[in-house]
Amino acid sequence: MDGLTFRAAPFSLTSEVKQMVNFNWLQVIDFLPELFTGLYYTLLISVIGLIIGFVLGGIFGLGRIANNKLIKSISAIYVEVIRGTPVLVQAIWIYFALPLIIGFEIESIIAGVIVIALNSGAYIAEIVRGAVQSIDKGQMEAGRSLGLNHGQTMRYIIWPQAFKRMIPPLGNQFIISIKDTSLLSVILVPELIFQGRLIAANHFNAVEIYTTVAVFYLAITLTLSFVLRIIERRLDI
Amino acid sequence: MIQVKGLYKNFGKTEVLKGINCEIQPSEVVCVIGPSGSGKSTFLRCLNMLESITSGEVIVDGNNLNDSNTDINMVRTEVGMVFQQFNLFPHKKVIENLMLAPQKVRNISRQDARERAEKLLAKVGLGDKAEQYPQQLSGGQQQRVAIARALAMEPKMMLFDEPTSALDPELVGEVLEVMKQLAKEGMTMFVVTHEMGFAREVGDRVLFMDNGVIVEEGKPDQLFSNPQSDRTKEFLNKIL
Repeated sequence: MDGLTFRAAPFSLTSEVKQMVNFNWLQVIDFLPELFTGLYYTLLISVIGLIIGFVLGGIFGLGRIANNKLIKSISAIYVEVIRGTPVLVQAIWIYFALPLIIGFEIESIIAGVIVIALNSGAYIAEIVRGAVQSIDKGQMEAGRSLGLNHGQTMRYIIWPQAFKRMIPPLGNQFIISIKDTSLLSVILVPELIFQGRLIAANHFNAVEIYTTVAVFYLAITLTLSFVLRIIERRLDI
Repeated sequence: MIQVKGLYKNFGKTEVLKGINCEIQPSEVVCVIGPSGSGKSTFLRCLNMLESITSGEVIVDGNNLNDSNTDINMVRTEVGMVFQQFNLFPHKKVIENLMLAPQKVRNISRQDARERAEKLLAKVGLGDKAEQYPQQLSGGQQQRVAIARALAMEPKMMLFDEPTSALDPELVGEVLEVMKQLAKEGMTMFVVTHEMGFAREVGDRVLFMDNGVIVEEGKPDQLFSNPQSDRTKEFLNKIL
């Protein structure tokens, strides 16, 4: 626990320099189980939230370009409300305010998944809308002129082409949403930075732990970037 | 095969078609000529409801398109369409472009769809391009694939919307050749075109449209060499 003693020492230039080299990075190993638990929840909430978010995005993205005015306005309201409020506010509202309205508590992890799903869903809806609208009108006409109905043309002709165009912005949104899960620590989701803060508060090793936490986030996002780049190259985007 | 009575079409406040009357018999090849903006393409697109009809009656193969009970998808399976911009499906191989609709709409097996597609590609002279993607082909080849794709549904008639207008001049011939062959086989064809040579040689009848109406119609020889209307004369003088 050398790092700890140096930290408590009075501030002087020399002691600070010593402090820099004397951080006890090895002790991070002792806290890896907790950090991995945090990582697990970060990934769990990201994956489930983004899967639901993708479904929501698909539904509301297509809703925004539907002919039905009601569907169109509901979709537009959803997107505007979510896009127009901060994630942090959404998380706090769903965890602390919503239970007062509906009359029962929501578990923090469930609340976390809801926040990520709703939030990413709104942005993905815009990605879906943009991609579908970017497909040449002639493609729909060609499909329809062959006797395919609207749904079949969407499914076999428009969607596959639009999906390819969605991949780069989707990857971007996935990375943003993964980072957004860190905000869920304020509603007590036991994710990565929540675990980090617990450890650092009890063991006074903020530098080591928060640096490790940052590296963990970076590891997730860099891996995702790498996978996306491979997918993009495969699909020749 | 097609009866059109008093067809009007508005885009907002703009009247594009102002009362079109026309009949097309089975196996007839009808070519439509006229200046741009005259409503030729809109007229053609009304025949398979790619444009909605403002008023009037369009009866295709016994189906009244304005009747809400008409299954428009069913009608479209009998009416092939070829677009100016080809509109091939870029994410599918050439052969898959031909196989998709017969499988999904006609419910024929993959094997049968493939055999039919191969035959049609051979017919338009592209038997060796089956496994390529549309972007790898020239414009003329793409348009021939588009014709084959429409034929794969075994339609009763074909609509051509300026099929050679987007092509380099040296590629026009190969597409017209395929269309000529089709006409010879007795296909009912409705062709909006700027190819006067084709209209003259292959057309059974030529319609001259201007300003949303059919100004004059007749046998190609008669219309081209002895036009009755001043507007037809003026138009033909400009382009011939």
